[in-house]
Amino acid sequence: MKKGMVVNMRKRKDKAWYVLFVIPLLFVFTTVVIVPFVIGIGYSFISWDGMPLNPKTFVGFDNYIRIFSDKRFLSSVTHTLLFTVISVLIINVIGLGFALVVTSRLRIRNAVRTMLFMPYLIGGLILGYIWKFIFTDLFKMIGEITGINNIFFSWLLNPRYALVAMIVVTTWQMAGYIMIIYINGIQSIPEDVVEAAKVDGAGFWRTLLHVKFPLIMPSFTICLFMTLSNCFKIFDVNVSLTGGGPNNSTEMMAMNIYNEIFSLNRYGYGQAKAIVFFIAVATITLIQVAITKKREVEM
Amino acid sequence: MKKITRFIIQVIIIGFCLLHLFPIYIVFVNSFKDRQELYSNMMAPPSEFTLEYYKLAMEKMNFFRAFGNSIIVTVASIAIIVLLASMTAWMLVRNNNRLSKLIFFVFVATMIIPFQTIMMPLMQVMGWIRDTLHIPMLNTLGGLIYMNVGFGASMAVFLYHGFIKSIPISLEEAATIDGCNKGRVFFSIVFPMLKPTTVTVMILDVIWIWNDYLLPSLTLSDKALRTIPLSTAFFFGQFTIEWNLAMAGLTLTIIPVIIFYVAAQKHIVKGVAAGAVKM
Repeated sequence: MKKGMVVNMRKRKDKAWYVLFVIPLLFVFTTVVIVPFVIGIGYSFISWDGMPLNPKTFVGFDNYIRIFSDKRFLSSVTHTLLFTVISVLIINVIGLGFALVVTSRLRIRNAVRTMLFMPYLIGGLILGYIWKFIFTDLFKMIGEITGINNIFFSWLLNPRYALVAMIVVTTWQMAGYIMIIYINGIQSIPEDVVEAAKVDGAGFWRTLLHVKFPLIMPSFTICLFMTLSNCFKIFDVNVSLTGGGPNNSTEMMAMNIYNEIFSLNRYGYGQAKAIVFFIAVATITLIQVAITKKREVEM
Repeated sequence: MKKITRFIIQVIIIGFCLLHLFPIYIVFVNSFKDRQELYSNMMAPPSEFTLEYYKLAMEKMNFFRAFGNSIIVTVASIAIIVLLASMTAWMLVRNNNRLSKLIFFVFVATMIIPFQTIMMPLMQVMGWIRDTLHIPMLNTLGGLIYMNVGFGASMAVFLYHGFIKSIPISLEEAATIDGCNKGRVFFSIVFPMLKPTTVTVMILDVIWIWNDYLLPSLTLSDKALRTIPLSTAFFFGQFTIEWNLAMAGLTLTIIPVIIFYVAAQKHIVKGVAAGAVKM
């Protein structure tokens, strides 16, 4: 009887500790992420201009249907996809190349790593402003001096080159970061496996393709995930570098949603886009992880 | 022969790295030039090093104020994230029942939600709290810190959860038998052991919070509350850009980052790698 009471008290005490330790963060998290996410789904079915006193009218799926005839949004989807595919490829190729240099026996490897990683720490907003100067004023000057003004002109005034500029800046920011992840993967390859391949007569390229690459598949999974989701959600660089221009030709999905809600004051419609955006991000990244995970080799 | 090719390869790589940092060089050298000198040659070092434009940029950006705000927001957010997330993760691991599994799943699953999907309703929720409960969630540093904690929670819990699973429970059991309550077990035994993960969480969150632009831009409207990215954005948005002044402003914002990098490079590289690998 007495023992049962002690155990009971202990259990109650444990529960109290559990609540004390878990609830504070769970509460903050719920109010900041869960509740807004859930009511956000509700907002996507209404029409509202954001003014607290103005009516919110329920419009059913109208907002979602409207998205399919929204030319500006659809073209932002095209830019985003184009931008993402090209950036992801380039960032990963360069990042992996850097990683191979840094893990080589070259004496300069540490200096290389330090220099290449640096841009990642400077935020996207600041980076965009820095490059804005380079793509406009500096490029124009180089064009005038050298006379090669079919390459060196103000890139940000040309729709196609402005998109390339976005890719350049994003690559510049992310390649060093992706390099760090690949370095980790390469360094975790056991020495003896590489040695064994060499003894068997495999050259540099064969070792790379048939021994190293299969063993760093987990790094590929992570790097592709990171670059895919970061590029798809790009916003800061978009704001500071091109502002979506010229003529909305570089407006990415995140920025389109932002403008729809906070500039055009179509809260309900913008929120419907935001939900579609969420579904797109989730689908793309989950498919990618599923595909690359399958190819990972068990050590 | 082999030595020579090796040398040439190294020179090429170093050249590429220097080219990589060229934009930062451009910003730096042009921050000392007047308008005319800047447009006559953008790539040359300045003819004299004057701090005039720095002084002007500092005034226009209200730099020290913005720097102070950024420090407050970053430090406070991270301190709270580290404390609450480690506590939560520890309890979830050590009481691995259905409820814990569900809570952990929710934390992890929501990591995929893009910020743009919740930004508008979040502002509505915070506005509602302000209007009905009279807690000033919007346009205060405290409110921003609160929201940062919410957004940083998932990743921190995830990283701590993974680490705590790998440490044996025996030490904690011994302490419990010696009469320590859960609070003491956690703070005097478990928390110190979590240091590697704590460093990782701190590094990742510094990079994120220090550079965060969109969330502060939505919550802070007072000029005096602006963080560094905000004051930079307003500085650029105000008027047609005077680039020499802008360069001084940009250099000012980069300097703290470089100091942070130089001081903690090892931890940063390790933290960034660890944070990503556990994803």
